[in-house]
Amino acid sequence: MKVLVFVEQRDGKIKSSAHEALTVGFKLAGSSANLAAVLVGQGVAGLSGQLAGWGADTVYTADSADLSLYNIQGYSNGVEAAIKAFSPDVVLGVASPMGRDVFPRLAARMDGAILTDLTSIEAAGNGVQGTKPMYSGKCIADVATDGAKISFVTIRQNVFPSSKAESGNATATPVTAAAGDGKIKTIEIRKGKSAKPDLTEASLIISGGRAMGNSENFKILADCADVIGATIGASRAAVDSGYATHDMQVGQTGKTVNPNLYIACGISGSIQHMAGMRTSKVIVAVNTDKDAPIFGVASYGIVGDLFKVVPLLTEQFKTLLK
Amino acid sequence: MKILVLIKQTPDTESKIRLSGDGKSIEQGDIKYIINPYDEFAIEEGLKLKEKLGSGEVVIASFGGETAKELIVKGLAMGGDRGLLISNAGLEGADSLAIAKVLTGAIKAEKADVVFCGKQAIDDDNMHVGTMAAEMLGWPHVNVVTKFDLNGTTARVEREVEGGKVEVYDVTLPAIFGAHKSLNTPRYASLPGIMKAKKKPFDLKTPGDVGVDPSTLKAKAVIKGYKYPPEKPKGQIFAGEPVEVMVEKVVKLLRQEAKVI
Ligand SMILES: Cc1cc2nc3c(=O)[nH]c(=O)nc-3n(C[C@H](O)[C@H](O)[C@H](O)COP(=O)(O)OP(=O)(O)OC[C@H]3O[C@@H](n4cnc5c(N)ncnc54)[C@H](O)[C@@H]3O)c2cc1C
Repeated sequence: MKVLVFVEQRDGKIKSSAHEALTVGFKLAGSSANLAAVLVGQGVAGLSGQLAGWGADTVYTADSADLSLYNIQGYSNGVEAAIKAFSPDVVLGVASPMGRDVFPRLAARMDGAILTDLTSIEAAGNGVQGTKPMYSGKCIADVATDGAKISFVTIRQNVFPSSKAESGNATATPVTAAAGDGKIKTIEIRKGKSAKPDLTEASLIISGGRAMGNSENFKILADCADVIGATIGASRAAVDSGYATHDMQVGQTGKTVNPNLYIACGISGSIQHMAGMRTSKVIVAVNTDKDAPIFGVASYGIVGDLFKVVPLLTEQFKTLLK
Repeated sequence: MKILVLIKQTPDTESKIRLSGDGKSIEQGDIKYIINPYDEFAIEEGLKLKEKLGSGEVVIASFGGETAKELIVKGLAMGGDRGLLISNAGLEGADSLAIAKVLTGAIKAEKADVVFCGKQAIDDDNMHVGTMAAEMLGWPHVNVVTKFDLNGTTARVEREVEGGKVEVYDVTLPAIFGAHKSLNTPRYASLPGIMKAKKKPFDLKTPGDVGVDPSTLKAKAVIKGYKYPPEKPKGQIFAGEPVEVMVEKVVKLLRQEAKVI
């Protein structure tokens, strides 16, 4: 089948999750001739070379000054231009804020099938089938496209490995994104405060719950995070109490994360919190209550006071990584 | 101004999800339905907008089964003016595109000026319907909205994306907005509100009534079945030893067994 991968960039940097999508795309497409990528933005023609060896022979570039700031209309039109040029069976991307904007738009525009946030995927007919967690991760649904001419599919970040295909010469092929109608204008994109990877992309996360007690105490998590290069998360109780900011919340009404390591400190493990982190590869729980539900999903646990445990963890990590 | 709020019924997050014996469906027996939590922020934003403008109508609408009626009435108890339920009888397996087609019909039939919905429903977490409806209407749409401020027919809105970045947009109405949790604090229905809600106008319609031909609604994406998530092997939990010893053990396991540090 023919697969087109939407390769996301922000600020001229290709996102690491795009490599996960390219890896999946190459497997589905079966050959470099059947895999193409599309880059949208200002200056993206210069980025296409970075995709050499990632499986696609063709990299469509919708490169224009109008696209310097992300805008749903311009970016959807850019991907659409590549679809018209390549006629894929499946358009593949990541369930990121951008992917979740562009894919439903285009599925509606082209009367296509749409599957979002898949955690496993394989080819089926001219579409795909796979799995996706539902109901806060309480069950897994087997989903499939059914008879659509074109399918729009996103995968969950950090679930699929990225491995270079070592084929695909990534020849840049310009396409033109139709201009938007001006009904939505991007005024600015304000930078985040943190230089750390976003929670949704982080491979290591250390989170604090209500037991943190105040925002200053998050410093002990920050110290540990700095040593291992982790991003800091929080439970909703910590956010609602003002100890942590909204963008740090993990869980059903916060972010869904998939790190290699998730350290939960003073978090009880409510169903809503676990909905956002249950699929982490390794979970460490630190809690004074031996019956806290978080221990039920933990790979390793310490029944103890986080204010004693975390500083010791930091110290031992420091020694280990010296 | 006609303000339309789209809501969906979702299982209460505390509900147990039990699968039928053949794994084809989810047992309905134990499930208590609530208004999708994000949709409450949408209702609140609609009510706030009407209050700010000093006039207008807030219509609470849903595409769903009988049980959705009670939840629409809850929205009316919060302050909505009129309820609209489009029956999904015979279309229970509709995919997000089909649902968006029906709601697009409703938005047109209602001649809405602005539509609010939740950023996502907490059952399938798809985040499709608002975006798709906007596309079919030829309208702009912003999802995960954390700030909304209307001036004339232009809304200045903010939305949160990865890395704590905030995108700021100017959007010309009519448009659809998907509410995030930090947008506002939903009000509780007052007792008089609850009493009045039962007497407020409520329409029950079919997709045909809003100009949608049911034969165009065949699902292109299907759920073939469900399974429970794999059980995690039991973890190693340390207790009752000196903290230094327990920390040392866990750090060693993270390094040697899990190989994540
Ligand atoms: C619709 C809905 C959506 C929700 N969405 C989310 C969401 O997205 N994310 C989320 O997190 N929650 C969410 N919640 C809230 C959730 O139900 C819980 O209230 C919340 O997760 C609890 O946070 P917590 O574990 O930090 O606090 P608590 O449940 O109060 O747990 C604190 C824990 O800290 C332990 N503790 C205390 N002192 C110490 C110490 N010194 N050292 C170590 N441990 C200590 C205690 O034993 C306890 O287990 C949602 C709720 C609803 C109804």
